[in-house]
This record gives sequence, C-alpha cells and structure tokens, in this order.
Amino acid sequence: MDVMTNQVKFHYKTPPRPASEIANDEALGIEKVKKQSQFGEVMKRLVKNRSAVIGLAIILLFVIVAIFAPLIAPYNYEAIDISNTYASPSLAHLCGTDEFGRDIFSRLVYGARYSLALGLCAEAFSVVFGIVVGSIAGYFGGWVDTVIMRLLDIIQAIPGILLSIVISTALGGGFFNTVLAMGVGGIARGVRVIRAQFLQVREQEFVEAAKAIDCSTPKIIFTHILPNAVSPLIVSTTMGIGGTIMGAAGLSYLGLGIQPPTPEWGAMLTAAKDSMRTHPLQMLWPGLCIAIFVLAMNMFGDALRDAMDPKLKN
Amino acid sequence: MAPVVEIKGLKKYFETPNGYLHAVDDISMKFEKGTTMGVVGESGCGKSTLGRTIIHLHESTDGQILFEGQDVTHVNKRQLSKLRRNMQIIFQDPFSSLNPRMTVEDTLKEALLLSNDTNKKSLDKDIIRLMDMVGIARRLRMAYPHEMDGGRRQRVGMGRALAMNPKFIVCDEPVSALDVSIQAQVLNLLQDLQEEYGLTYMFVTHDLSVVRHISNEISVMYLGQLVETSPTDELFDHPMHPYTQALLSAIPSTDIFHKKERILLKGELTSPINPKPGCRFAARCPYATDACLEPQQLTEVGPGHSVACCRAKELSSAQA
Repeated sequence: MDVMTNQVKFHYKTPPRPASEIANDEALGIEKVKKQSQFGEVMKRLVKNRSAVIGLAIILLFVIVAIFAPLIAPYNYEAIDISNTYASPSLAHLCGTDEFGRDIFSRLVYGARYSLALGLCAEAFSVVFGIVVGSIAGYFGGWVDTVIMRLLDIIQAIPGILLSIVISTALGGGFFNTVLAMGVGGIARGVRVIRAQFLQVREQEFVEAAKAIDCSTPKIIFTHILPNAVSPLIVSTTMGIGGTIMGAAGLSYLGLGIQPPTPEWGAMLTAAKDSMRTHPLQMLWPGLCIAIFVLAMNMFGDALRDAMDPKLKN
Repeated sequence: MAPVVEIKGLKKYFETPNGYLHAVDDISMKFEKGTTMGVVGESGCGKSTLGRTIIHLHESTDGQILFEGQDVTHVNKRQLSKLRRNMQIIFQDPFSSLNPRMTVEDTLKEALLLSNDTNKKSLDKDIIRLMDMVGIARRLRMAYPHEMDGGRRQRVGMGRALAMNPKFIVCDEPVSALDVSIQAQVLNLLQDLQEEYGLTYMFVTHDLSVVRHISNEISVMYLGQLVETSPTDELFDHPMHPYTQALLSAIPSTDIFHKKERILLKGELTSPINPKPGCRFAARCPYATDACLEPQQLTEVGPGHSVACCRAKELSSAQA
C-alpha cells in the first residue's frame, strides 16, 4: 500500500452498509437463501458431459437388467436342451445356445447379477478398508503410518492377480470368497489414494483453523479432511469396478473363483473357451458384455473426475 | 493490569535430520490489552511459528506463555479448550483457510457451536450477527468459498475467529494474499473490531507499510530471534539495529527530492539449523566486529525501545 508510506496515518471508519443492501437482506429473510448441495452441483455438471450420460445410461441399463432378470430372460438359464446345442443366434435364441443347449442370452442376463454384485461388493470392501486405514495412516503419520505402509508394501509386492489366485485357492470358490479375493487385491490402492489425499489436505490452513476452534480429532477427520479427500477414491473406484469384473472373470477363466455352471460372465468365458475354435461366437457374447460394461464404467469415472474437481467449477 | 498475553523466553525448535531448527529462539514479548503488536521479518524468520506457538497450535520447546497473568505453557485438554476460546488466529491464505465444502453458514455455525456461547434457538440470529459484524451480505449465507472473492473469504475467516469471542487474535499475514484495495478494507475492519471489542492483536506480516498503519508496537525478528522492539513511530524514525535499518530502507519512497540510500545486504541467510552462538545477523552485517560473535542481549535504549546489538549505541551516535 503505497499511500501508507506517507507520514499521515489513515484510518477511515468502515462505512455503514448501504441502506439498499440492508433492505435487500431484510427482504431476503433468513430461510429464503437455499443451499445448493454439492451432490446436486456435481450431478448438474455430469449431465452436461456427453460421455458421462452415455456411460451412466449403459450402467443403468445393466443394473435394470440385473434387477429384473427373471422378467427379461426368455428361458430358464439352467434349462438344458441336448437336441439344440451350439445353436446360431436366431429370434428364438438371441445369442444362440451353448454346449448344453442353454440359452446364452438368458445366461448373460442372469450373469449381470453375479458380475455386477461381485464388482460392487469387492470395491466396497476395498473402499471401506481404504478409507478407515488410509485415514488413520494419513492423519496420524509417524510410526502408525510407517507400520501400515510397510504392511501394504508386502501385500503390493505380490502381483494382484497372483494374490487373488492364492486367496481363492486357499478359501475355495463361491461368491463371497471371490469377493474377498478381489477385494484384498484392491485395498492397497484404496489406502494409498486416501493416505496421499490426507497428507495433502491435513496441511491446509482450514484444518489448522479447525484445531484452533477446538474441533475434536474425529470431527476434523470426518467433516474437514475426508470430504475433501474422498473424490479421487470415488473416481478410482468407479474405474476399479470394471477392473474387478475383469479380474474376477480372469479368476473364473483359470478355474478359480465363481465356477460354471453359475452364469457369471467370466465363468461363461471359461466354459466357452473349450469350443473356441469351432464356435467362436460362444466366447464373444460374455466378452462383449464385460467390455461394454467396463467401457461404460471408465467413461463415467472419467467424467466424474472432471465433475468433482472444484477447480473446474463455474 | 497484567498484559493479555505475555511470553518469556519462548523457544520452538523443530527436529530435522541435520539437527534442531531454531524457528523461535528465546523470545519475550508483552501484548497489552487493546493494542496491536506488529511482528515483521523476512520469510522463514519464524514469525508465523511464533504466533502459532503462542496459541498452542505448536507445542513450545521451552519458555513460558502467560495468559492474563496465568501460566498456560503446559495445559491439559480442558484448559486448552478454554484457552482456545480466548486465543484465535486469522490465516494468511483465505483460499486454503476455509473448508471448500462448507458454506459460510456451516463454517460459522461450527465455530459458534464449539464456543458454547449459543444455543439452538439463537443460532440463526448469532450467525446473522457475526455476518453483519464482519460485513458479509446476508445473501451470501449459503455461498461456498469458491463463490466469493478473497476479501469476503477473509471476512468469513475473521467471523470464525470472532465466533469464539476471543481476547487475543494472531493475525498471520491476513492481508498479504489480497488486492491492495481490499487490503485497506480488511485492515479497517480489523481496527474497527479492535476498538469495539477491545481485542488484542499480534499482527504478523512482512509488509512494512501495513504494519506501520496498524501497529502500536513493532518487533523485528531475524532467524528466530528478536532483534529490535519499539513503539511504531520510534522504530520508523530511529531504527537502531542494522537489520532494521536495512529492512526500512527497502520501503519505496515517493519523495523524489530526497532519495533514500538503499542498504543492500550481502551474503546468504545463515542456516537456522544448529546456529552458532552470537549475533545471527553478523554474517551479513556491514558493521560486524569480533564482539558480534558473542551472544547479544536485548538492551533498552529508549522508552519501550530495545535492541539486540552490541554496536547499536555507537552506530547511532556516529550517524547523528
């Protein structure tokens, strides 16, 4: 302030607020000012993004199909028809039939239930674990952080798919064991993302300000740091669901995880691989489902990242 | 009457791999009620750390902190929350000092609820009262920080501090991130609030014109140590310490007929990690002698004017 280098000291009394502004305030009342929720704002920006809308539409389509599978599937997914094996796609069997004459379309519809649930559950597992452990490591730092991160190093030293193979071999197949096998592989990522965000956010002045007004530690973590730290994890989770479904499909393909005759997409791929040379279409359908769903998830996740970045607001 | 806050020989050392970083080294100060103490010094001299140590955002290494005559250096959790209602801080960067996911109302509400001065019934009124107090239009009540400019954000930060009804506020460079026109508004608001509520400020800054405008007294810090403290006008008229003289000569002058001699310092800042005893400014001081390698004592040279330089008297008489 150059003026102030002169000898005279300036101090103008802050002018009273203009009457028009006060009247405006009074007219506005207290309740009339509505809060725009963060969720609403993110949604508004998502809707403007074409790839987000397409991605979300495809995801919703898959979810609806999974929920209303019994209404949509034209046949019982377990009904065997030995007289009609390896049928080509036709009006009766939209995607043809498999080696036992089961309707592939019906199996895909039911398979959406298993694959989607598997992806969501495994990701939810690693997200919850990541938030809890990552918050602790990131907020408290010091030896707590060191111990947690070295343990994670051990987990991460084993390649993800290998870890999943080991766990599902040890625990056996089945839905919940597969969720666990896929989830454990993801926890290291979740913890690291949250921890890194915590390290960054906890240095910001509003966290110090919260301490200065005597906020309790849990309150600082949950109302001040976490909401500002969680968006990268939401994005990486959206993208991770696709990856998990692929991973689970890989497990099934290797003969672990969810096994045929359960109509999980990966398991269907496994079953179809035996006849890959004679009937390649068998493998195409479940592969296509996985690919489209993963693509939709990635499109949505990508747009979500843009929408959740506060710097891109307005 | 006892000063609102007094510190005696306060030290704050940070542990680094190479040794202890002396961020605040043996500093004593008094903050009298209703006055503003300006703390100036270059970046990294420990002035922010000093403020944060006083309000217990950092644990002090050694020394004493007194609040209204009572020793509050080491307090338990309950005493600490009481202390935090009395000592607040306004931060430098209004962008990072507000939670980007909380509206003006959320931020003020949280502070009000923690201050225990309010109840659910009067909460709405209290929020409005605070907003009027710091001059935020009521329509911005549900606004998020990114929807406001720097000055308004800084007002929200002030409102949050005032919600606790404090007696002592550390202003950690509250205007250095703002535009000049908004700086003046915020400074005036700070002064109005001081007059009205008898607040005591510790005003940390590196902007000398700002500190001259707002302070009653000024302390100059160099590498964690207090080198000179004096009433504002006295300091600007008769700077005694060579570092203060160099600092003041850096203020641009508008007087084209009496050009000021700018004192340019040579050499590098000495490392604050495990510093040698003796004057820390000696390495860059144009007047350094062997006597400067001895530890320097803060000695009174005039009413309220103290200098930590063994050659101060001799130099000022030579200049006169």
